[in-house]
Amino acid sequence: MAEQHPDGSRDQASAKFVHDDKPGIFDNPRNVRRVIFGLYTACAIVFVLDVVSWFQARAGVPELRHPDSSMDGLPGFYAFYGFVACVLLVLAAREMRKVLMRREEYYDDE
Amino acid sequence: MMSSMPPAAVMILGAVLVPFLRGRLRTAYVLALPLAGLALVLSMGDTEFGRTTLFGHELTLVRIDGLSRLFGWLFHIAAFIGLVFALRSPSRIERPAALVYAGAAVGAVQAGDLVTLFVFWEILAVSSVFLVWARRGERSFRAGMRYLIVQIGSGALLLAGILVYANATGSVAFGDIGLDSPGGLVIMLAFGVKAAFPMLHTWLTDAYPESTYSGAVFLSAFTTKVAVYALARGFAGEAALVWIGAAMTSFPIFYAVIENDLRRVLGYSMINQLGFMVCGIGIGTELAVNGAVAHAFNDVLFKGLLFMSMGAVLYRTGNINGSDLGGLYKSMPKTAGLCMVGAASISAFPRFCGFVSKSLVMGAALYEGYNVVWLMLLFASAGVFHHAGIKIPFFAFFAHDSGIRVKEAPNSMLIAMTVAAVLSMVNGVWPTLFLYPNLPYEVTYQPFTSAHTIGQLQILFFSALAFCGLKLTGLYPPELRSVNLDIDWIVRRPLNRLALALGRTGKTMDVQLRTAADGLVRRTLRRAFVAHGPRGVLARSWPAGSTVLWVATLLAAFLLIQFL
Repeated sequence: MAEQHPDGSRDQASAKFVHDDKPGIFDNPRNVRRVIFGLYTACAIVFVLDVVSWFQARAGVPELRHPDSSMDGLPGFYAFYGFVACVLLVLAAREMRKVLMRREEYYDDE
Repeated sequence: MMSSMPPAAVMILGAVLVPFLRGRLRTAYVLALPLAGLALVLSMGDTEFGRTTLFGHELTLVRIDGLSRLFGWLFHIAAFIGLVFALRSPSRIERPAALVYAGAAVGAVQAGDLVTLFVFWEILAVSSVFLVWARRGERSFRAGMRYLIVQIGSGALLLAGILVYANATGSVAFGDIGLDSPGGLVIMLAFGVKAAFPMLHTWLTDAYPESTYSGAVFLSAFTTKVAVYALARGFAGEAALVWIGAAMTSFPIFYAVIENDLRRVLGYSMINQLGFMVCGIGIGTELAVNGAVAHAFNDVLFKGLLFMSMGAVLYRTGNINGSDLGGLYKSMPKTAGLCMVGAASISAFPRFCGFVSKSLVMGAALYEGYNVVWLMLLFASAGVFHHAGIKIPFFAFFAHDSGIRVKEAPNSMLIAMTVAAVLSMVNGVWPTLFLYPNLPYEVTYQPFTSAHTIGQLQILFFSALAFCGLKLTGLYPPELRSVNLDIDWIVRRPLNRLALALGRTGKTMDVQLRTAADGLVRRTLRRAFVAHGPRGVLARSWPAGSTVLWVATLLAAFLLIQFL
């Protein structure tokens, strides 16, 4: 356990390390796979809904889709942007670590 | 007379009694104060009073109008929630400090003039640092010191700006100031320090994570929101703020991805949320300012909720590093659930409160033709889900099982978190019930269109997909015990070293100068000693005989001159 802070965490004594208690629901890899599968399904559903609403808008049902700009009028714009943004964010942050990361005690000798 | 009592006085003056109370009485008293203050504010409605004249300037102690109304309510609610959460705090300074701090926030947003604002601005700085120091220990003390220096610096800037502004305009009324007015830039910088503008932000990510487990809940609610209000009052529509705000939404998310201290992650995510507000203020239209105020209100609720859930984890485990936690959903399931409500709110899931307020700002950005800004805000929206929505709950409660087994958070903490969660859910599901009608301007924007909902769900699900993919392929940076250098490194390392080196040089020069001066004094003394000392020429005691001889010689010389 890491350092304890003298900030009144009175019940810290109740923090224990246990490895042989009853397993939680995510200790079963099947449940983890179910969550991931649920995410894939959700992605597919909202993407299909977006494409459908795009076709509907072209067929003259404009109230279902009123793009705020020309960019987000394209089907799947938000899906693509969200995915790419996050991948680039994480890859950039990985590179930042090489420059910015120091050991935890870096500032301790101030 | 109650009707003329400034609402800020309830908590500030009420705090004086707190150190003398103990046990249940103290609990009841402490929780009653913000409720009494809230009742007082609600009973007043929109009003202005407390006019006095000071050195020829007219001051207005209290002004409640469309812009300051919600902030006044919000700060009382936040104080109440925070005090419930801090019920178990063993610190004797934390409760009174929090009450004074919350009261000062109320006073600052209700100040009708800049002088009153300045006074509360300084009370905010001084009272809040005790929430950092209350944690005790060297780290917190130093972080608190750095925090205090920056906060007092902001106050000094504000005072300087006010003096210039009042001298040029002849008025200290707190209305629209604008960058063009004399002193305007300095005043905006003073607000900007407290609003955590880029480069001026490190006090926040430095000090908040070093505060007590409950202190961060108070800290996250007041200082920055007062600054947001002040910017909205004085600088709405300044285009510079649009870009400053957009930068604030974007840069912290990179830090949030690699930061290990989960409360520091929340600190970075806070700057990101403040960016949306600052951006909205910069756009300055009715829709945008409504968005900024609504988002400030919601942010206090959901950011408070997230800080509380991490505070509960810190309280129970004594640790808040992503690298050391994990699997806590087994022993703290209720905290985990409440944390995820906060995570969904900050990520702007449809029907959670971030969705209804962030939409206002982003919609305004598009309507005003800020397309690049809109793309930055959209990037930040995806990023905030990534680090605050997924990372915080994932590394604390799920991820690999750290094997840590603790008790569920105490009831007082669960109650405080539930209140925050319920209020933010109310704002998310029925924004027209309470939030929209009380914004500064009328709201005609409709956030729950199917196009908007589908767009936002795509952003969120595909961000989660990216997280999932990066995690499964091992590309996601692991949580490591580390410090990440931020802009304050310049002050804490090179400038600090420079100051120390200058100090050393100064010391050497000082020693040399003193030695030289010392030598000079010694030499002078030695010469004086030679002349005037006990054996000195001029100090010699002359025998009477030689005196007579000299007198005779003189007389002889005198005679000789007479004869000549």
